[in-house]
Amino acid sequence: MTPYPATTPLAASATHGVNGVALAVFVFFFVAVTVMGFLAARWRKAEQSANLDEWGLGGRSFGTWVTWFLLGGDLYTAYTFVAVPAAIYAAGAAGFFAVPYTILVYPLIFTFLPRLWSVSHKHGYVTTSDFVRGRFGSKGLSLAVALTGILATMPYIALQLVGIQAVLDVMGIGGGENTNWFVKDLPLLIAFAVLAAYTYSSGLRAPALIAFVKDGLIYLVIAVAIIYIPIKLGGFGEIFDAAGKAFAEPGPVPGKPRGALTSGPNAQWAYATLALGSALALFMYPHSITATLSSRSRNVIRRNTTILPLYSLMLGFLALLGFMAIKAGTEINGNPQLAIPQLFEDMFPSWFSGVAFAAIGIGALVPAAIMSIAAANLFTRNVYKDFLKPAATPEQEHKIAKLVSLLVKVGALVFVLTMDKTVAINFQLLGGIWILQTMPALVGGLFTRWFHRWALLTGWAVGMLYGTLAAYGVASPTQKHFGGSAAEIPGIGEIGYIGLTAIVLNLVVTVVLTFALKAVKAPEGVDETSPGDYTVDAGDEGVSPDLPPVTSKAPADS
Amino acid sequence: MSEPAESPGTRRIVTPSRVVVGLCLLAPFVAMLWVNSYARVEPTLIGIPFFYWYQMLWVLISTGLTAIAYKLVQREKRARKGGAAQ
Repeated sequence: MTPYPATTPLAASATHGVNGVALAVFVFFFVAVTVMGFLAARWRKAEQSANLDEWGLGGRSFGTWVTWFLLGGDLYTAYTFVAVPAAIYAAGAAGFFAVPYTILVYPLIFTFLPRLWSVSHKHGYVTTSDFVRGRFGSKGLSLAVALTGILATMPYIALQLVGIQAVLDVMGIGGGENTNWFVKDLPLLIAFAVLAAYTYSSGLRAPALIAFVKDGLIYLVIAVAIIYIPIKLGGFGEIFDAAGKAFAEPGPVPGKPRGALTSGPNAQWAYATLALGSALALFMYPHSITATLSSRSRNVIRRNTTILPLYSLMLGFLALLGFMAIKAGTEINGNPQLAIPQLFEDMFPSWFSGVAFAAIGIGALVPAAIMSIAAANLFTRNVYKDFLKPAATPEQEHKIAKLVSLLVKVGALVFVLTMDKTVAINFQLLGGIWILQTMPALVGGLFTRWFHRWALLTGWAVGMLYGTLAAYGVASPTQKHFGGSAAEIPGIGEIGYIGLTAIVLNLVVTVVLTFALKAVKAPEGVDETSPGDYTVDAGDEGVSPDLPPVTSKAPADS
Repeated sequence: MSEPAESPGTRRIVTPSRVVVGLCLLAPFVAMLWVNSYARVEPTLIGIPFFYWYQMLWVLISTGLTAIAYKLVQREKRARKGGAAQ
C-alpha cells in the first residue's frame, strides 16, 4: 500500500512510457468526436443561424432528452471523474460531500428555474444579467452579474483542463517534472485548441450531439469500473479496510491523520456547508442557465429534475473509486488527480483503458465547451452590447460571442498554469464562492422586487471581496494562497465553506441597505416584468414560440 | 434556502398538495445537512460503510420525492386549466 506522498514524489518513474494501444483508442474517439463537432453545425439547422440566440441556445428547440443529456454534460465532468475521487483518495469522507451536493441541487432547480424560464421566454432574456437588468432596471447590477459569471466560469473550465491533463499524464504523453514547460503542456494545448475550434464553429449544437457519444462511453466505463474493479480487489469490505488503515496514518498536515472514513465532529460543518453552497452555486452558473433556457417548456425543466438525479448515483460510485485506488496501491507521484486514470490503466486491458480515458477526456471537453459558450453569451449581451457598442448588429454580436468563448478558455488556461493542480476540486469551489454572490439579485429577483438595486450591488461587492480575501488567506501544505475553500465561520467558530459565509454576509448587507434606501426613498428603477410573467408556459400568449418541434422522442404527455 | 411553498406567483393559496410538494422538496435538505445523523461506519452494506450507502440511498429517495412533487404540480395545473377560464 502506498501512503499518499504529499511532498516527496514516490519514484522517478513519473511516466510508465507511452501506452500505445490506449493512446490509439483515445485518439480514435477524440477524432471521431471532433468530426462530429464540426458536422453538428448542420444538424437541425434553423433558417437563420448567424445570431446569438441560435448559436448560444441551439435555437432553444431542445426537448426533454437532449436537455437531459446537456444537463448531464454539466454534471459528468472532470469534476466527477477526476476531482471528486481524487479528494476521496486524499482525505476520505470529506470528499464525498459531492453526493449530497448533487442531491440538493434538484429541489433547488425544481423551485427556482421554471420561473426563470417563464420570464426569460416572455421577455426574450438569454442570460441572467438580461433578467436582472429587466427586473431591477439597473445596468450596473446587470454588469456585476455578468462579470461574476464570466469570472466564476474560468476556474470551472480550468478544472476540466486539469482532468484532461491527468489523463494525458497517465498515458505517458504529458511529460514529467523535468521536461520543459512547452513539451509538458503541449498535449493540453492541443486538446484546448481542438475544443476551441469546434465550439467556435458549431456553438451549443456541438456539445449536445457529442453528449450522446460521451454519455454512452461514460455509462459503459462506470458500469465496468464499479463492477469489475471491486471484484478484482476482493470486495468492498477489503477496500474499506485498506482505506481505513491508510487514513489513520499521518497525512500531509503534520500531526494529523491523512483522513477519515466518516465525517468527524469537527468536519461536519464543512461537509454540510460545502454541499449546500455547491448546490446553490451550480444552477446559477451561466452554463446551467444556458442549458435550462434551451429547454422547450418550463415543464421540461421540472420533469428533468425527476430523472437527472440518477446521475448522482453514479457520481457516488465513481467517488468510491478513490478508495479502490488506495486498496490497489495506485502510484500517483504526489498528484492525487492521477489516482483514477492510473487505477484504470493498472486494472483494465490497454484497449479499455483507452476507452476510459476517452470518456474522461471528452467528459471534460463537453462541459468546457458549454461553459465557455455561456460565458461568451454573457459578455456579448451584457457587456459588449450594453456598454461598448449598443448598436451592434446580430452578426457583430455573433462574432464577438465566438471570440469571447475563446478568450474565456484562455483565462481558464491561466488558472491551470498558475494554480496548484493537485487539489483540483478547489477550482470549482473557488468559482462557487464568486457565483454565489449573484444569488440575492437572481433568485431574490425571481420571487420578490423588495430588494433595492443599490443594496444588491453593495451586498454583491461585500460578498465578492470577503470571499476572495478569505480564499486568498487559506494556505495548504502545497501552496500559500487559495489553498482551500473552507475557513472558520466568524461568530460560529466552525470551519465552513467560504462561499456560504460570504453569501450570508452579502444578504445581511443587502437587507439592511434595502431598509435604509427605502427609508430615504432612493429611486427604485423600472421593473419591466409583471407577476404573471413568472408562471407563463410555452403556448401562452406572448411567450416566444419555439423553433421547429424537436426530433427527439419526448414522452407523450409533453 | 428553498421555500418551495412560495413558488406560485399569482394565486397564493396554500393547498394541501402544495404543502406536500414543499415537504417533498425540503426533506432532502434536512436529511443531508444533518451530517451527524449518518456519520458512522456501522451498519455496513456489502462492505460499504453506512456513511456512504446511506447518502447514496438518499439519491433514490430524493428522486422519488421530486417525482411526487412533479406529479402533484402537474395535476394541480391541469385542474386549474380545466376549472377556471385561463
